[in-house]
Amino acid sequence: MSLDAQPPAGPAEAGPAEAGTAAAAGPQVGADEWVARQAGRREYLPSWLGEAQRGAERIGWWPRLAVAGLAGALLPLVGLGGFQLQVGIDALVIALLAVGLNIVVGWAGLLDLGYVAFFGFGAYGFALLSSNQIGPNGIHLPAYASVPAVMVGAAVFGLLVGLPSRRLIGDYLAIVTLFLGEAFVEFTNNVDPKTFGGPNGIVGIDAIRGFGHQLSTNTGYYYLLVIVLVATMAVLRLLETSRTGRAWRAVREDPLAAAAMTIPVNRVKLMAFAFGAMVAALAGTIFAAQQISVFPTDFDTPILILVYAGLILGGAGSIAGAATGALVVMVIYDGLLRSPADSGILFYGLIVLTLLVKLRPWRRLAGVVAATVALGFAAHAVVKAISASAVAGGPGSTGWIGSALRDWVIVPANPTVPGNWGFVLLICLLIALVQVQGRWRTILLVPVIYLASFVWETRLVTQPAITRQLMIGAILIVMMNSRPQGLLGTRRVETPT
Amino acid sequence: MSHGGAGERARADGAGADLGGGGAGDREGAAVLDLDRLSLSFGGLRALSELDLQVRDEEIVSLIGPNGAGKTTVFNVITGVYRPSSGGIRFAGHEIVGQPPHRVARLGIARTFQTLRLFLNMSVIENVMAATYGRTRAMPWESVLRLPRARREERESRELAADVLSFFGQRLAGYRWEQPAYSLSYANRRRLEIARALATRPRLLLLDEPAAGMNPTETHEITELISRLPGERGVSVLVIEHDMHVVSGCSDRVVALDHGVKIAEGGFDEVAGHPAVVEAYMGRDPEALADAE
Repeated sequence: MSLDAQPPAGPAEAGPAEAGTAAAAGPQVGADEWVARQAGRREYLPSWLGEAQRGAERIGWWPRLAVAGLAGALLPLVGLGGFQLQVGIDALVIALLAVGLNIVVGWAGLLDLGYVAFFGFGAYGFALLSSNQIGPNGIHLPAYASVPAVMVGAAVFGLLVGLPSRRLIGDYLAIVTLFLGEAFVEFTNNVDPKTFGGPNGIVGIDAIRGFGHQLSTNTGYYYLLVIVLVATMAVLRLLETSRTGRAWRAVREDPLAAAAMTIPVNRVKLMAFAFGAMVAALAGTIFAAQQISVFPTDFDTPILILVYAGLILGGAGSIAGAATGALVVMVIYDGLLRSPADSGILFYGLIVLTLLVKLRPWRRLAGVVAATVALGFAAHAVVKAISASAVAGGPGSTGWIGSALRDWVIVPANPTVPGNWGFVLLICLLIALVQVQGRWRTILLVPVIYLASFVWETRLVTQPAITRQLMIGAILIVMMNSRPQGLLGTRRVETPT
Repeated sequence: MSHGGAGERARADGAGADLGGGGAGDREGAAVLDLDRLSLSFGGLRALSELDLQVRDEEIVSLIGPNGAGKTTVFNVITGVYRPSSGGIRFAGHEIVGQPPHRVARLGIARTFQTLRLFLNMSVIENVMAATYGRTRAMPWESVLRLPRARREERESRELAADVLSFFGQRLAGYRWEQPAYSLSYANRRRLEIARALATRPRLLLLDEPAAGMNPTETHEITELISRLPGERGVSVLVIEHDMHVVSGCSDRVVALDHGVKIAEGGFDEVAGHPAVVEAYMGRDPEALADAE
């Protein structure tokens, strides 16, 4: 024991000194918000509106869920078209997936990127048990036998996947599960085409049937999905506040402390995997029955991205958030961004709305709008005078938006190449826009809006498949900046590790 | 639930009588915890060497030593975070070396952490109720259907949580129960960690610097509180502390560590005045050094 090896601090000083650093490094972000949220400090609207607000806050979870379910059930009565009904069905399937993913990601804190494999497992499981694929006459089980069987199988599958990955955390778990998800697609594509159908998938799947009835209409599937989603949300809500739910969240917050508090961390993680897999498989069975067919590409990464987008947008950790987020994402993605007319309203609507909300004072807003309009007409007139073919192509938007923009936005006869360059330039200008401040930002905003419109009309509107991905990405980026906890999520503080 | 805790635990683990008290094979009195020539190395680094340490029933033992002496490492070895390189750990008649942390906790060893490790985004009461996981049995479907066992366990967990939180009087009073843990002050977080540890119904409580970051009043309060633990909660306590007021105020016995070696053991005055302890903290007396040369 030499002199220089001794720490200089005496015992009495060591305590407070360490505490000071810990307190300084400790999380405080959420605390301020929490203080502001407390009763008595909440700002309510005046008069009866405030009363209504207070009343709404006192309503428990199940009346809210019941009202939301009822609203969903009443929606077809106002007259949904065939397309809208299909959008609703897809949205409900994704919402069910997001609610299940919330168990794994939102509660247990496990970044599972192979989640869609369980969805595929459910769909393929149901397909095999309800079609001519296996045996000379096929297997045609009624739904009350096949659906539970597939769900139990998925839970076992979830445990099997969880077993090797239960000790992995964070990035390692993500990459292993991502591999698993891709492996499922490869498996269904290549293994035993006679049974699994290969790239051609499985077709001719039975409808959901049992007890002498069968679901044959899309309206029927819509109602089934509303009921299943509401029931799943209720079950998960009851689970969230039970010992299991607490253990999941404790493991997310701090696995070491959870283990020291008698929680078997690995087993609890496996349970989360199994429960998530069961919900995903349930969604898969209904999806397969409604589609009548399943293909390997139905269970690839794009679906995973949609489910995650919904969960993150709605707020991971909140059941209602997961469902709401997924419904919003799917209605935007599948419903509004498919047809040029609807997507145009969304695109320009978002721009106008953002300007209205963010641009103050009014004088500046009026200036920007006037300058943008003037710039467009001026640019169009100048370019037309130089070369008629440079404005020969009409705007990609149809309907009233298209005709309103006819003499404003420049669309060349062959818009592809200028549109691509415009897109690159738009990205550069957007980056410049967030870098500059004050007056310059306002001035730069005008060409940015005009260029955005140019890119939209020349390229984006004609490529809805790509555009809607970009839009979802843009929405997520905006959301991440303005409300990182998601629509209905609560802000969390980071646990120091 | 607050009664017959040990019995329930014994039944759950199928291990039987030892938990009731008077464990077999104890050397002096009833040693709840017995570390026998415990060593731990990380590669070539010896964190602990040949450490013998006993904690008897309802005794408060303080573990002191300069920074890096291996105090927290002792806790990590006892609770199963690290596996010792050699030596044994007997707790209430069980050999616990090699048991995973959650099983050690279920046998009756609870701990707090020097760098607080609360479930920050859960409410105060949920933090405590989460610690009853190992003592409850309801399966998920029972919880969903609110079957009798799930309802009873939930009620008992809540009662137990209220009970351990009440130990801190007004500090963690009822109006705070639904607050998220991150909204608590630093001292209250320390208290909540102790409450959470108590909710596992431990027989031995390991406290890692419970008074760190507390002002003199709070330090006094926590000292008095630790002293009450054996009598009121029936737990033995092994406490790491730098604040000598706390150590002198609550310990039945003090053990001093330096470089993973036990350098002194005994009453507070005895250990505090021990030359090896003084040397460990202050360094060797320069005059004595000069004399030696």
